[in-house]
Amino acid sequence: MPAVALRGESRLSPAMRRRRAPLAIAAVLLSAAAMALLWALVAGDLPVAATDVFAALAGAEGMGATVIRELRLPRALAAFACGGLLATAGALMQVLLRNPLADPYILGISGGAAVGALGAMMLGAALFWVDVSAFAGALAAMLLVFGLAHGDGSWTQTRLLLTGVIVAAGCGAAVSLMLALAPDTRVMSMLFWMMGDASAAARPWPALAVLALALVAVMPYARDLNVLARGELSARALGVRVGHLRIALYVLASLLTATSVTLVGSVGFVGLVVPHLVRLVLGNDQRVLIPAAALAGGTLLTLADTAARTVMAPQQLPVGVLTALIGVPVFLFLLSRNPRGTP
Amino acid sequence: MNAARRALPVDDAPLLEAERLALEVGERWLCCEFSLSLAAGECLVLLGPNGAGKTTLLHTLAGLREPTVGEVRIGGLPYAAWPALEAARFRGLLAQQQPDPFAASVLETVLVGRHPHLGRWGWEGPQDVAIARAALESVGLAGFEQRDVQTLSGGERQRVGIATLLAQAPRLFLLDEPLNHLDLHHQIAALELFQRLLREQGTARGSVLVLHDINLAARYADHIILLDGRGGVIAGDRDAVLRADLLGQAFGHPLRRIEHEGRAVFLPD
Repeated sequence: MPAVALRGESRLSPAMRRRRAPLAIAAVLLSAAAMALLWALVAGDLPVAATDVFAALAGAEGMGATVIRELRLPRALAAFACGGLLATAGALMQVLLRNPLADPYILGISGGAAVGALGAMMLGAALFWVDVSAFAGALAAMLLVFGLAHGDGSWTQTRLLLTGVIVAAGCGAAVSLMLALAPDTRVMSMLFWMMGDASAAARPWPALAVLALALVAVMPYARDLNVLARGELSARALGVRVGHLRIALYVLASLLTATSVTLVGSVGFVGLVVPHLVRLVLGNDQRVLIPAAALAGGTLLTLADTAARTVMAPQQLPVGVLTALIGVPVFLFLLSRNPRGTP
Repeated sequence: MNAARRALPVDDAPLLEAERLALEVGERWLCCEFSLSLAAGECLVLLGPNGAGKTTLLHTLAGLREPTVGEVRIGGLPYAAWPALEAARFRGLLAQQQPDPFAASVLETVLVGRHPHLGRWGWEGPQDVAIARAALESVGLAGFEQRDVQTLSGGERQRVGIATLLAQAPRLFLLDEPLNHLDLHHQIAALELFQRLLREQGTARGSVLVLHDINLAARYADHIILLDGRGGVIAGDRDAVLRADLLGQAFGHPLRRIEHEGRAVFLPD
């Protein structure tokens, strides 16, 4: 029965492969990210050769170089940063709630941001104030959920989850109300915001900095997260300071989500599925999972955003639609390959 | 900090002490004030009906819950004086439930027990893997290393939990219903395993077990704490506590004590 044995081998390999080759994984993910970013800079109405891209980045003059430096590069980096932020936040939320179905939006962060952003749009505010308002809405939702869930000090994840889901539902109702009441001329941009749209993202550096800082902050505690994922009680008995860790996780995941939603709106799918994709291939060790998810999420959103602005050019598609169109088949393929059937 | 570290644990102190301990949950007293002391090599069993507070008491002894009254000390020092990771190297808990929300291999799961032995940036090395494999072997799960924990049977999963605790290698084992889901053979094997660990030369280990089987308690315990579910506590040496009348009152069901080949056996009437 060599075939069966081989199947068994390939099933058990992820953990071992991961142990042997973290550098190989990093190399693959980094080069995929570089390729995606390069494609984002090359693709578009104005054709640019790959070699010219490097010249443009080095500061060359000319029309093509300006397009790359001032339009495509910020947008590509914003998409990359947000993909990374969402995938990292999703991975953290899944550990915090010990629920594989958790995503960055489950606790109402994106709902709060949507209420803020759409409210500002309804009032006809400038883009800057839409961003400010979205971030404020996300923070308000975070504090509200935390305050309500923390109320009696018990802070079980069921209580947190329920509170978050209810706040998210309330925000959803408020968003629907605003869409119904908004003047027709603004409804389109409001809908685009909700589906996720990187076209207006002009300042990617803060989001990239947040992503980098978050990874630096999380990595020393990644093994603690491995322990926490297996139950709060055992984690405490193993010396993990669960109370502090959970609050830090909650605040960090919320801030990452808020940053991303502020920059590109509520792009769906990345935060839920990228951690699962990575988990299916590399296993559930957070020390590998979190940085890998950040890179893979950034790559996926960069690809999706580039596709969103090129496949039907000059028509721009909402990037959230593309993330789902790319991610769903990949996810289903990996799931069907995985004999365990459990993501 | 280093001085404090070197002071842990106090060498000749009992592994576990509870002083004038009392627990209240909600409006209900689970146990009135009592004291206990567990020396190296000793096994303490907590007995009592459902909901009597055995698990709450065990968690309090594990330092995971503040006692309402009194103090718990391990190695001569109260939990507050122990850094969390140091405490995790001294005492380990087998929880009643082992949730597995995510797929993971058996080996990875057992390696989680090595957490308190690794530094902030440390990765499990070959030595940790060897310890984990030995732990799996001692619970009869050699060859299960790469199985997904989500596909294990209840008894196998329970033994993975025991192996994780063995990989943690504490001196004080706190086991909440360690025989859950285990068949007869593995029940005895698990109890024998911990008894062997307690008697190993050159070590100073002890154990506290929550059990439901009075006869296994009679066979393996040195001391017994019997909770009656109404706040009453009877604590003492095995033979002083394991009396048919006391057990009958605590469990609300009459029992008969029978001597068989020098061993006491309790049968429900």
